[in-house]
Amino acid sequence: MTALDPTDLAILRLLVEDATRSAAQIGRAVGIGQPAAWRRIRRLEQQGVIAGRRVVLDKPALGFGVTVFLGIKLAAKGRTGLQDFERAVTAIPEVQLVQHVLGQFDYRLRITARDISDFERILRRRIMTLPGVGQVEANVVLSEERRPGPLGALDTP
Amino acid sequence: MIFMPDSTDRRILRQLLGDPSASNAQLAERAGVTGASLWRRMERMREAGVLKGIHARIDWRALGWEVEVSLRFTLDKTDPRAFDNFLAALREVPEVIEIQSFLGSVDWRATVIARDMAHWQQVYRDRILTLPHIAELDALMLVSTISDREDLPL
Repeated sequence: MTALDPTDLAILRLLVEDATRSAAQIGRAVGIGQPAAWRRIRRLEQQGVIAGRRVVLDKPALGFGVTVFLGIKLAAKGRTGLQDFERAVTAIPEVQLVQHVLGQFDYRLRITARDISDFERILRRRIMTLPGVGQVEANVVLSEERRPGPLGALDTP
Repeated sequence: MIFMPDSTDRRILRQLLGDPSASNAQLAERAGVTGASLWRRMERMREAGVLKGIHARIDWRALGWEVEVSLRFTLDKTDPRAFDNFLAALREVPEVIEIQSFLGSVDWRATVIARDMAHWQQVYRDRILTLPHIAELDALMLVSTISDREDLPL
């Protein structure tokens, strides 16, 4: 586990807002020089705290109007069952997220489709034909937001 | 004004989604446009709201937040303000990193993180079970993320 000081947290908050900010801009915002800001950002990347970037697009404007979360329960379990399922599901281009979970379902998936009939095609041809697939529950996303998480609460200057 | 991204814009977005950490110079080269043209097109897509933002991804596990749970809520909709009240209260929980509303058997979903199982129990009892208008609640505990990619078949 990595201990961060208030300056690191301030830098993370700024980069979560906009990852394209330069080290000079970040440095000015948190009151340190550009080289010091650059070193801190680099350290946060090397420690794996900053794990890359997320591009957020207006998907409906690009023709992808439907996002669906699926809960999937496997009919047959066992190690090979999981591996076969995971290999097949990650090969589906419309599947953005695959998570192995514990609870009412075994996997949760996030799927982006052009519209409901496109989603129906993906569900019938790609999802229902996955090896070992059992019960499937679909929920269509209406709205979505990401929160800063504990970054905001950890540091109160 | 409605902005329609053309095939060059889509090519730029495809390259950006494929490697969000690429520099503008790299993106321009891969998309086959000049640096100036890339900059102009990215600005236009930002202004039009097609490109909403490029954000740093935080790995909470690297910061010692070991537990991640997907909580699914069904609300008691007898109170017309249930949705608004619930969302406002959920946003106040600092351990919540993602919120979605749904059309379906589930009304809301939130991703909640905690430092360990003892902390999770505390967050669950003190911050989640106290949220207003909950009719049903179930939890999926994350074992592992097999794949997480933002790319679209553009």
